[in-house]
Amino acid sequence: MKTELLEKLCGLNGTSGDEKSVREFILSEISDFCDCIVDPLGNIIARKKGASPAKNKVMVSAHMDEVGMIVTSVKSDGTLTVSPVGGVDPRAAIGRPVRVGDGLYGVIGAKAVHNLSDDEKKTAPKFTALYADIGAQDKAEAEKLVSLGDRVHFVSDFITFGDGFVKGKAIDDRFGCAVMIELIKSELPYDCIFTFVVQEEVGLRGSRTAAYTVDPDFAIVLEATTAADIPLASAEKRCCELGKGAVVSYMDRSTIYDRELYELSQKVSADNGIKWQTKTMVAGGNDSGAIHISRGGVRTIAISAPCRYLHSPSCVVKLSDLEDCERLAKAMLEKMCML
Amino acid sequence: MDLEKTIMSLADADGVSGDETEAAQLALSMLKEYTDDCYIKNGNVIGHFGSKGAKPHILLDAHIDRIGFAVTYITEDGFLKVSNCGGIDRRLLLAQPVTVLGREKVSGVICAIPPHLEKDESKVPEMEDICIDIGMTKAQAEKVISLGDKVTFAARCEKLLGDRLTGAALDDRCGVAAILRAVELVKGKTLHSGVTVMFSTQEEVGERGAKIGAFDIDPDVAIAVDVSFALTSDDSEVKCGKMGGGCMIGFSPVLDRELSDRMKAIAAEKNMPYQIEVMSGTTGTNADRFSVNKSGARAVTLSIPLKYMHTPVEVISLSDVENTAQLIAAYLEEAGK
Repeated sequence: MKTELLEKLCGLNGTSGDEKSVREFILSEISDFCDCIVDPLGNIIARKKGASPAKNKVMVSAHMDEVGMIVTSVKSDGTLTVSPVGGVDPRAAIGRPVRVGDGLYGVIGAKAVHNLSDDEKKTAPKFTALYADIGAQDKAEAEKLVSLGDRVHFVSDFITFGDGFVKGKAIDDRFGCAVMIELIKSELPYDCIFTFVVQEEVGLRGSRTAAYTVDPDFAIVLEATTAADIPLASAEKRCCELGKGAVVSYMDRSTIYDRELYELSQKVSADNGIKWQTKTMVAGGNDSGAIHISRGGVRTIAISAPCRYLHSPSCVVKLSDLEDCERLAKAMLEKMCML
Repeated sequence: MDLEKTIMSLADADGVSGDETEAAQLALSMLKEYTDDCYIKNGNVIGHFGSKGAKPHILLDAHIDRIGFAVTYITEDGFLKVSNCGGIDRRLLLAQPVTVLGREKVSGVICAIPPHLEKDESKVPEMEDICIDIGMTKAQAEKVISLGDKVTFAARCEKLLGDRLTGAALDDRCGVAAILRAVELVKGKTLHSGVTVMFSTQEEVGERGAKIGAFDIDPDVAIAVDVSFALTSDDSEVKCGKMGGGCMIGFSPVLDRELSDRMKAIAAEKNMPYQIEVMSGTTGTNADRFSVNKSGARAVTLSIPLKYMHTPVEVISLSDVENTAQLIAAYLEEAGK
């Protein structure tokens, strides 16, 4: 996995429904290597020629959008009220820098701890109490630069740290986008279709129309999935762990995965020396939920990178896991084209 | 000097209470531009100006430390347990990026409990529940981190609209910058008093650097330059000043009324914007220590209004820093005449 590509992708802002800069970057990366169309929702559907035609039509999918916030009103003091877009914990929004709209720097502040009552200290504020501050002196100044409905994107440095770990925002799911870009740029044995989809975080919406258009036999969803391998969680509640390889689920809250593909992924991993793990809890969900019940049904597998602090501006993943996911995705794609 | 650049570089320097070295060295190098008679003693940055031995001997102080944490334990799986240095707002800790000031600087993230394990988004962690993910095994961690190493929020100072800045350590690095700017304003002018500048340690844990520093300096007049609350929509107008409204001149039973009045009069005479901050007891600033140092000193607090105090995204207005510097400079020019 080239971290430079992942870093570039994570540095782009693409809160759900506002994925334009991510889409444009991806198009600029892949358009020389495949035939691309952009559908009405903003999904990229990329048809990649392989060395030979495939027996099965396989769609590989990752989402371009990320969680964030949206401006709902401008207050008289020039600050902006916000609502979450996707599953954002208000505790991961308070006290953070943000970019509003096309890049205006701002912060989600918090009343000084010195002035909090004992109850306030013990209770995190709800989103309805949060607001973004761009430094405007008053409502009129803010309204010149901000429109209601502008997205509020998290700001987070992309850093490598510790023993091969990476921290950044939007690794969910720019990691999947990065893997697909690399696959599209490589020589593939069979024809296949890649979809970079929008609006996953607000209900698996882009993947629904993309799967309809592509009408695949099989699908591989590349994602980031929650890892709770922290001291606060007991072993059975950790879901999956960093450093233990690609995560392939048998079931989550959106999908019961194709059993044959699930088992095949274990065999392919073992044959190729790829680290493989599954989840210890039935939790979360991803675009598979929309894709596997598209039209008359699509045989689907999700290959996920274990990710700590998912949906916060500080997603943490391990590079070795990303490599395992990339290798497994490539190997499974080849198998599924000819099953 | 470029005030904005000065504030931004000071606010980006590490330097948690008890380990202020990086920020102190930077502030010392800035102070050296204006006096050769400057040094670090017991962590405090000290610089002398004006007429040595002249009365009154004026102390200009701002604290150089910032809030943070100290590492207390390394868990079996390589995560760090911490205790707070200063007043930490635990509501905003989850998934915050941090830097551990170990034998080398180590990046980390404060652990957050994922939603499948904790549905209640209003729950605030206790300090003993906090642990820091540094992506290392225990053995790897022990090579670079010792118990007692400090941890700081990994935030960067950035510009907002107009003349506003945001950053993690504007409390009280903007006060340090205000003093440097005041010293620049009186450069080349004859001062009739003795002036000592101090950038003091350990304010956030109980004004300790101020106590030992003032003992040596033994000032007649002490001016603590700190930050105070700028009004936000969720706070009280009674407690807070106005951002952009100028220096907040402190009035309190522990401050010298005559000195507070004089500051107010100077601001009025010079048509500088200013505001009055009334506190009914101690001020929570280094002035509380200065006034009872040795036989006592006349003390005042001058505060720069700041939003979101003790968060990684504090906000100030440059004009308030400049106005505070102008007020200090005007006082220095007339003192001892």
